[in-house]
Amino acid sequence: MTLAPVIAQAGGFVRDRTGDTGCPGNNGICLGWIVDNLDRYRTPFFEHVFLTVVPVAIGFAIALSMGLLAHRKRWLITPLTGFTSALYTVPSISAFLLLLPVTGRGNDTAIVALTAYTLVIIFRNVITGLAGVPRDSVDAGRGMGLTSRQLLFRVELPLALPEILAGLRIAAATTVGLAAFAYLAGAGGLGRNIDQGIEFRGNVLAAGLLLTLLAVALDFLVLSFQRAVTPWRRATA
Amino acid sequence: MAAPSALSSAQPLEFRAVTKRYPGTAAPAVDELSLEVPAGDICVLVGPSGCGKTTAMRMVNRMIDITSGDILLGGRSVKDRKPDELRRHIGYVIQQIGLFPHRTIAENIATVPHLLRWDKARIAARVDELLELIGLDPHEMRDRYPAQLSGGQRQRVGVARALAVDPPVMLMDEPFGAIDPISRERLQNEFLRLQAELRKTIVFVTHDIDEAIKMGDRIAVMQVGGKLAQYATPAELLTAPANAFVEDFVGADRALKRLALQRVRDIDLWSVATCRAGEATDAVRARVTDADLDIALLVDADGKPLGWLSERGLTGERVRPELRSPAEPTVELDDILRDALSDLLAAESMYGPVVDARGQVVGALSIQVISHAIGSAAAAVPSAAERVA
Repeated sequence: MTLAPVIAQAGGFVRDRTGDTGCPGNNGICLGWIVDNLDRYRTPFFEHVFLTVVPVAIGFAIALSMGLLAHRKRWLITPLTGFTSALYTVPSISAFLLLLPVTGRGNDTAIVALTAYTLVIIFRNVITGLAGVPRDSVDAGRGMGLTSRQLLFRVELPLALPEILAGLRIAAATTVGLAAFAYLAGAGGLGRNIDQGIEFRGNVLAAGLLLTLLAVALDFLVLSFQRAVTPWRRATA
Repeated sequence: MAAPSALSSAQPLEFRAVTKRYPGTAAPAVDELSLEVPAGDICVLVGPSGCGKTTAMRMVNRMIDITSGDILLGGRSVKDRKPDELRRHIGYVIQQIGLFPHRTIAENIATVPHLLRWDKARIAARVDELLELIGLDPHEMRDRYPAQLSGGQRQRVGVARALAVDPPVMLMDEPFGAIDPISRERLQNEFLRLQAELRKTIVFVTHDIDEAIKMGDRIAVMQVGGKLAQYATPAELLTAPANAFVEDFVGADRALKRLALQRVRDIDLWSVATCRAGEATDAVRARVTDADLDIALLVDADGKPLGWLSERGLTGERVRPELRSPAEPTVELDDILRDALSDLLAAESMYGPVVDARGQVVGALSIQVISHAIGSAAAAVPSAAERVA
């Protein structure tokens, strides 16, 4: 993914508004303009999907591994929670600036920063989820001769899954929003559209709607997966 | 009830000076516990909280490591076996049952067969067999989740899951503790009936002395500090408590508790003269003289009790059906003495006719008879499973 077309497109957008006497010129909501100009948002939208899905996926892998490790070695919970929380408190703009010398302008910087933000959310939910597994199920499993590994994969993780996936959903929604700042690090995404036409309501609305759509779609995707793999949660007497 | 497949023979279990000491604590949790459980018996570990009974049980399947001493299962030290492997061959039932909420009933029961890599058809057949054994309809229950079952049903499934690979030994930690009292009584009886068939060697933990007396072939009373206070049959425990602690733990009503150990058929009943209406009164008078009870019992043509005959009934040549009082309470041979005594007290009666399974009079039970039974310490008491079967 290159930056050139984004800039060209954004530049074109600004020129379009100049001298326009119609709805965009009067800074209206301009639904008609939005429909006619949807093409402007297509590439940034998919960049935004990329900037959300990749950090969340990497963050999930890292946080889950940290969670499983801390589940075994309980003393790690406090330092890991502290570390991931500290990462979360770094303002995104500072994070991008701090990373620039290391990863340079572009997607890499954005992905590293956005991944860092997902860690605390997912890690905490993995820990809470595993801690919430009924003790008697674990005891019964151990007493029947499941190895620690079998216990983890057959009992603990499946029972912690709803909590873990809840973390994943929050992380995804948060990342959709944070990725709107990724353009500051030289990555694309809908944030650039917003920034370059911030005075034009129609543009802000269009980008905002797409961000919302993305967040809702990702949430729905994870939720559907969760419902599919946890049929026992819907079973009632 | 379906017959269990591939019955493995029960194995004896022996605790040899087993001690558990947790680091940083002066007093051991279990202190030199030695006892033998014969194959096929239920050994109840009972005592107040903190007496180490659960710790002792959990050392059998190495959920807790033994500090010193040894536990032999079928003559073989449990320390010589890998914990996971050992546990797969020891049934395990805990108070909260611990069913896996995300697994169906069939999957829950299949846990250990699955670990032992049984093939699918064998597992499916075994699951259905076990569901029938515990009185649940396989078609209806197989695919349900634990949340869809009642507490009693979950408890039964927990037992079925522990029995899945027909282990020679079972560990049960307060298995009926979380069940309401009425269902508990029924589940205990069901389990004893099951045990009469299966004859597993069972270590059963409870804090409830009444449950211990009901379920145990042998009872190990433990006291705080993990010390064994007495190891005896329920009857021995109730007649001859080893020390003040056991006497106190068993309770002041231990003579009454003995009544739960015996059934009416286990004791010598009073003989009773029965008569039918129209019979010659002379013959009846003669029978009354020979009987333990100096009053005749009027019965119908089938020998079922109608009531106690009044003096006026015997005044003529033939017995006239004139009753002094109804035949209440009528006690059954299968009743336990505690219930029979309760019936007598409720009816404010000193004695009552005893009938067999067909309802025919076989004798009379009186408060004197019961009191004599309590007094005779050496009276043979059947095993827990036989008492219910």
